Amino acid sequence: MAESICRALRDGALEGEHAPALTIKDSIRCSFGFDAFNFVLCNLASNILAGKSQARGLVLVAFSRSPSFYIDLLRSRGIDVTSSNKWLRIIDCYSDPLGWKERLQGSERVARVSRAAETLCMDARDLDKLFSTILELGKGLVGHGKVRFSVAIDLASAMLRHTLLPSVAGLISNLRSHDQVSSIFWLIHSDLHEDRAVMVLEYMSSVVAKLEPNTQSTNGQRGNSECLVLLEQNSRKGKLHVRFKRRNGRVKVMYEEFYVEQAGIKFVAVNSANGMVDHNNLIPKVQFNLQLSEKERIDREKVVLPFEHQGNGKLVQIYDGRQSLPEGQKDAMMLASTGKSTQKEPVSGMGEIHYVRDSDDELPDSDEDPDDDLDI
Amino acid sequence: MDHSLNVLDEALRLDNATMSFCPGQVVLIEDCVETSGAFVLHHMIKRALSPNSSGVVLFVAFAQPFSHYERILRKLSCNLVTYRENGRFFLFDMLKLDYPDGDVGNTVHDRVFDLYGKIQKALEVISVSPDYNKSCITIMIDDLSLMEVAANGASNNVLDFLHYCHTLTSELGCSLVVLNHEDIYSDLMGPTLILQMEYLADVVIKVEPLATGLATDVHGQLTVINKGVIDEPGILRTRVRNLHFKVKENSVECFYPGSRS
Repeated sequence: MAESICRALRDGALEGEHAPALTIKDSIRCSFGFDAFNFVLCNLASNILAGKSQARGLVLVAFSRSPSFYIDLLRSRGIDVTSSNKWLRIIDCYSDPLGWKERLQGSERVARVSRAAETLCMDARDLDKLFSTILELGKGLVGHGKVRFSVAIDLASAMLRHTLLPSVAGLISNLRSHDQVSSIFWLIHSDLHEDRAVMVLEYMSSVVAKLEPNTQSTNGQRGNSECLVLLEQNSRKGKLHVRFKRRNGRVKVMYEEFYVEQAGIKFVAVNSANGMVDHNNLIPKVQFNLQLSEKERIDREKVVLPFEHQGNGKLVQIYDGRQSLPEGQKDAMMLASTGKSTQKEPVSGMGEIHYVRDSDDELPDSDEDPDDDLDI
Repeated sequence: MDHSLNVLDEALRLDNATMSFCPGQVVLIEDCVETSGAFVLHHMIKRALSPNSSGVVLFVAFAQPFSHYERILRKLSCNLVTYRENGRFFLFDMLKLDYPDGDVGNTVHDRVFDLYGKIQKALEVISVSPDYNKSCITIMIDDLSLMEVAANGASNNVLDFLHYCHTLTSELGCSLVVLNHEDIYSDLMGPTLILQMEYLADVVIKVEPLATGLATDVHGQLTVINKGVIDEPGILRTRVRNLHFKVKENSVECFYPGSRS
């Protein structure tokens, strides 16, 4: 399913339609949004590099991490960054978003590294300028023709902090509807904003991916030490809810689980029918197992119970409480008593069950002690 | 004393040799009215200035004057006056700064910007000194709620300041340690400063009273949350440690719950 998100971004926009937009949202209870963002970013980057995607270039607007962090990230995921100036542009809104360092420039500047692929943004509050910078850099990568590029914004929350919601919505809307933008995606920390702000961004996206903890605290209180167990449980995994919106208005909601590892985030499809209902979640968390694992279940099925048909070719012997007789004599006995209890002559090999009552005066299933006549 | 504090050091994942943080970490200490978290801050000053390292501390003091920290750290056998003279301890005394009302042009934004300017200037002074080791600079803020007060409640300006301090962590490998009070935000719905800080922090230390009530032997509990810890190869997780502590006259004793009878 995470793949289908990446596929949607890779395939890009259809002619005459808005570009597909992805909102990745997380909260402090499950703050792995950044890992999910990096996953999507790296996936799209490798698709662009391999020429598989509609986009031929990527403009990354970096608010929460430095450009060198992203270069290192791409390199560590095995993406060739030596040619990055051909397909990647990073707008650095992280290092000096308010121009403070510029203002202090009179004194000697503290270490600044600048690469060809980076552009320093000195006023993150001016989104009009940011919009024109994004377009300028994107067109610089792909030219002015029909070729498209993708846009990634690493933290929409930072934009919302610097400016008002209408300007952020305006920027994203303008980018989506621009005919050279192939796809666009951004991360937002949902609990840092009013619900309204998150909703607005969700309205403008065709895919919403929400990261949630596997287990929610019941009292809703934050920072309680009694939630230690919960914290541990959610320390490296969670659920990813994805809502796809089709052009025709069809909405598909799916989810899968994710694990965060050193090498990045891993998505695992949920085992149930179509990922819609998770039965495991309905079971309360206890210290002992209420359910069997797959292996345990298979092992249990292999156990042959003592009363079961052994099925190994040998004569089947089921103890019926009477002295056992050899096969031939048994049949003779039965024939002798047919008049009383059995209706018809038994057809051997049909697997019928014969019951011979000992006497007529004995009631079926009598409570009488069968051993009372024993001379002990 | 040192042995008992090692439990806290271990929970904070301090480097064994230098007794300092991994470079570039952001640490948030959250305390509450019943239980002060100042001792964690003091402990961190001591560790950052430990003789094994050449660490430098830039301390932004909104809460207490220098004499207060000096007195407490002396009891922890750490002489701040000497460190200040050696250029390893810089204190920005924000209590003494008063902004006259007649100063019209001086907005909150300018004040916060001025403070950042001072920190950056101090960093330049440090960087030209001969025994400069950039991985050991720690910026400490005591405390963030008072900084918010000083900024006339403009939390956005405080966040701007913190963002610029955060850029120093990635550019220069500085560590950032911030103390804040959790309970003053407890009634507020929606986005709060402390939530923003939690997103920014790599290590969150919560200082709380015991859940079971007051006790003579245990004065409170610490919850240390380390994000992105690699315990086993390839496995990345958030590590949570719970500790109990007892504040003594000259030290603080930390121990795992149940390990003291």
